[in-house]
Amino acid sequence: MAILVFIEQKGGLVRTVAREALGEAVRLAATLGGPVVGVCAAAADPGLAALGEAGASELLLATHASFGHYEPAGYARAVVAAVEKVKPAVVLFSASAMGRDLAPRVAARLGVGLAADCTALAVEGGRLIASRPVYAGKAVQRVAFTGAPALVSLRPKVFAPAPAQNGGAPAVTPLAIEHDPAAARARVLEVRTGSAGKVDLTEAEIIVSGGRGLKGPENFAMIEALAAALGATVGASRAVVDAGWRPHGDQVGQTGKTVSPKLYVAVAISGAIQHLAGMSSSRCIVAINKDPDAPIFKVADFGVVGDAFEVVPALTEAVKALNARG
Amino acid sequence: MLQVVCIKQVADTETRVKVASDGRTLDPTAVTWILNPYDEFAIEQALRIREAAGGGEVVVLSLGGAGVQTTLRNALAMGADRAIHLKTDGAPPEPLQVARAIAAELKGLDARLLWFGKQAVDDDAAQVPPMVAELLGHPCVTVVAAITLSADATQAVAEREVEGGREVVEVTLPAVLSAEKGLNEPRFASLKGIMAAKKKPIDEKAVTLAPPALEVVSLALPAARSPGRIVGQGAAAVPELVRVLREEAKVI
Repeated sequence: MAILVFIEQKGGLVRTVAREALGEAVRLAATLGGPVVGVCAAAADPGLAALGEAGASELLLATHASFGHYEPAGYARAVVAAVEKVKPAVVLFSASAMGRDLAPRVAARLGVGLAADCTALAVEGGRLIASRPVYAGKAVQRVAFTGAPALVSLRPKVFAPAPAQNGGAPAVTPLAIEHDPAAARARVLEVRTGSAGKVDLTEAEIIVSGGRGLKGPENFAMIEALAAALGATVGASRAVVDAGWRPHGDQVGQTGKTVSPKLYVAVAISGAIQHLAGMSSSRCIVAINKDPDAPIFKVADFGVVGDAFEVVPALTEAVKALNARG
Repeated sequence: MLQVVCIKQVADTETRVKVASDGRTLDPTAVTWILNPYDEFAIEQALRIREAAGGGEVVVLSLGGAGVQTTLRNALAMGADRAIHLKTDGAPPEPLQVARAIAAELKGLDARLLWFGKQAVDDDAAQVPPMVAELLGHPCVTVVAAITLSADATQAVAEREVEGGREVVEVTLPAVLSAEKGLNEPRFASLKGIMAAKKKPIDEKAVTLAPPALEVVSLALPAARSPGRIVGQGAAAVPELVRVLREEAKVI
């Protein structure tokens, strides 16, 4: 049985999250067997043949002039057409902004179950079991599917992208779909990008977050400086977002973003349960807080007890010195 | 104009999760139940649209056991006009079951805007809004952080949060929208609103759910993080912190 992977592209380039999904598909195929087939919706081929190296044996490409931007109805139609053609046992999406919007539409059209935002997949007794954090990570639910295909979206940054193999160039097959954008009754007028070059929290390798202990929004300059030195994205606690110091898009935790960077630096954040839920799956956590009893120290790998106004600038300088040494 | 806001009762975000004896669900003992926080933004936006139009009706709808009526009352206290309770035995359903039951109910209503929160903070699935849209054949914009309705209320321009920016989407009504935090500042229920809510109707309808498309095998707490250590006090700790991050954790 085949495994179908939705290949997410943006601006004509295959996104890293698609390579992560391909990587997991290749690992699943080792147990479940069957070829790994990709399906992509785009205005033009985003270089799909290169994904042979990542383990895809065939790529289906649905093109339409309106597919330069995410076009939910057309993209869903493309995935459904691919499912009908390939008859896969499993369909993998990324739980990116696009995948979280698209996968439920496909599930509803097919009348099958979707396990969203999964962090691990396993095959037990021939059944696919998907693990997914719930309550923003306070618990993990394992779910099985009652029908086929099993639809799964994978949390970004959790699954390793497929390693380069010596796969040949796979066939890129056009996938014919009927699509009339006017009938979709929704269209993207434009995509507004935020701060140039800012990596989204959900995709960041390193995050530096600030909390209420910073006393005021102006003191986030210090957090920005440390983040710049580390090549990190700035996050925030709910308290500072609710106080209007930072935009809500910066909020980490329950009612904000759940993140899993390789390094999470929590500055002057006490560690409310909602915040801890959203960042506890980070690989390495550093806490800087003047209260030695702050709950954040219970999840931190490394803690510094001290005043953020002294520790953070010193850390920024030390990181800069390290960068200068190369 | 009729707007329907689909809301969910969830465990308070302060909840320390305990697994029930069935090994698959949340132990409800000592859980405080609240209106899903994202749903507050959806209710608020529907109320603002009604107020700006100088008329119309906002109906709140929830699926669940008898207990969800307290949450429906909270929404009525904010200012919704009436409520529909799709009553189940209270067992947690999976998203497609919920979407099918809600879509079946909404088919009979001529709602122009169907609102949801972007996700429920319990199962974090974020699936029901796009599923309902597909089942009804409506367009859908998820994770809406801003919205403007056209003067004749036939179209809306919604901004949806995506990685590193916003998609600006033009959508023709009737449409399904799911609300992101920041869409607005939800109001608190006034005392007058709370009193008025007691008299507003809740239409209770027993529903039988379709068979589930997903089965929960287990619910477990995540593996506890191994205890960390304090590397030092104040700025003097920085050299040691940099060393451990570089040499032990290998993250910088």
